[in-house]
Amino acid sequence: MNSARASTRARPLPWQEALFWSLLVGGFWLWPKHLALASQVLISALFALSYDLILGYAGILSLGHAAYFGLGAYSAGLLATHGWGEPLLGLLTGGCCAGLAGLLTSLLVVRGQDLTRLMVTTAIGLLLFELANRLSSVTGGVDGLLGVEIAPLLGVFRFDIYGRTAYGYCLLVTFVVFLGVRRMVHSPFGWGLRGIRDNTGRMLALGYPVHRRLVALYTASAAIAGIAGALLTQITQFVSIDVFSFNRSAEVVVMLIVGGAGVLYGGLVGAAVFTLAYHYLSGWNPLYWQFWLGAFLIAIVLLGGGGVLGAYQRVSHLLRRRLERTAQA
Amino acid sequence: MTPVLRTSGLGKHFGGIRAVSGVSLALARGARHAIIGPNGAGKTTLINLLTGMASPSEGDVYLDEVRVTRLRADQRVKRGLARTFQINNLFPDLTVLQSVLLAVCEQRGVAAEPWRPLRSYSEEIAAARAVLRLLHLDAAEDTVVRQLPYGDQRLVEIALALACKPRVLLLDEPAAGVPKGQSQALFRAIAGLPEEVSVLFVEHDMDIVFRFARRITVLVSGSILTEGAAEDIANDPMVKQVYLGNRR
Repeated sequence: MNSARASTRARPLPWQEALFWSLLVGGFWLWPKHLALASQVLISALFALSYDLILGYAGILSLGHAAYFGLGAYSAGLLATHGWGEPLLGLLTGGCCAGLAGLLTSLLVVRGQDLTRLMVTTAIGLLLFELANRLSSVTGGVDGLLGVEIAPLLGVFRFDIYGRTAYGYCLLVTFVVFLGVRRMVHSPFGWGLRGIRDNTGRMLALGYPVHRRLVALYTASAAIAGIAGALLTQITQFVSIDVFSFNRSAEVVVMLIVGGAGVLYGGLVGAAVFTLAYHYLSGWNPLYWQFWLGAFLIAIVLLGGGGVLGAYQRVSHLLRRRLERTAQA
Repeated sequence: MTPVLRTSGLGKHFGGIRAVSGVSLALARGARHAIIGPNGAGKTTLINLLTGMASPSEGDVYLDEVRVTRLRADQRVKRGLARTFQINNLFPDLTVLQSVLLAVCEQRGVAAEPWRPLRSYSEEIAAARAVLRLLHLDAAEDTVVRQLPYGDQRLVEIALALACKPRVLLLDEPAAGVPKGQSQALFRAIAGLPEEVSVLFVEHDMDIVFRFARRITVLVSGSILTEGAAEDIANDPMVKQVYLGNRR
């Protein structure tokens, strides 16, 4: 948790933020043949952002966050298979269903401490996975949910084979959710979460209803994970039971650690680094790619606390100091 | 006049050990009331029971004659009961102003507001600065708490409690670890608090206790040995015997 604490102090400058989002908009021209992969990166980024809220800002360790991702994915999928394929309605439904599940399960999750939370969240993930498996008449079981037909976005933009609409749609949703989350973490509510993460006992002594605040946060985080899941369903027009898998829950933890927890961009950068490493390493060495992924993750950890963004900040700080010294000399 | 804070037969047992037993205490409005006693007398446990940080094995706590025994710690704060801790219990990575703002925002009912940035809450920021001025911490408002000298960190402890706008302030050894000169200044700041804030404090330094307390309760082995006006306690031979030993 120290790395998360240290990294909250670092905030990107406005030009860095502008550059980051401009680069993503420029993706239409910079990587036109890889828009499908880029959309997957954005969905992972949104999922990681939802996880950053609970781990990075409130210190809630979870190994079952895929439960909410999966609920969002299936809600949007089932809605579409029953004739409501309007994407924004699907997103809203996915977010609401996952948020409701988040609200109900949060009552179990926020009560305990780290290890209890780890157990409870893992159990929630496993329960939903098996439930989806068992209810195959509804979910399609291991074959997945087929027949998901998504209507054109706003009745105008069809989801094309090159993934242009999908990429634009994912980017817009990610950006809007990111703006909302950014406002939230800089509000009194967000600062209160940092206080709870760093010193829960003192926050109680200041009159904070700690559990109630964590329930609200966990619900918001689950809703965002649900939106990410719904996005995946809509752009792939399919739901696999893998959306609930333990692997997905574990991967989002890794993404956040790789990027840096407790800084909003950490989840986004971590998701990009992880998804691209996963994609290219598995393409380069289909049999033993996980070995190289493991080696890569160890290298990231050796870079020190704060993940990729933490390392970037340390290097830029060193360079700045060296430049200042040279200027003085 | 009804006491602002009262306990009735309050006790806490850890297995066979009675850390606090049958304590009936009344804190008058505007009090400057000290609890003294040797190490292990149960002073901090008593503060924990009063504030809801620990649940009692027996007895009750009343705030303005309303039973609050089953209320959580945060609910008691909302009713005007705030505390400081014997060992610094702060937010080391936040600045002094940010720390106090956390308390002010909750006290003023805006801490759950999720949209407006904290820096735009000018009234809350002004209120936090007023608390810092009261404790002469205003020059350090942008300093990260972990970088403050220990004595100033003790003042931040008190600032956090004061920012809750308490009617009853419980101070658990506020001068612990603070050099003598600084501790006098710290208590002068406490003595300068408005009369409507009733103060109950635990302290080991007898010079400070007899200088600032108007009433004193002596706690020994979890029970009240005696209680009275400061000058009576100072001359009580039983207190000298039990608490100060046989020294003259």
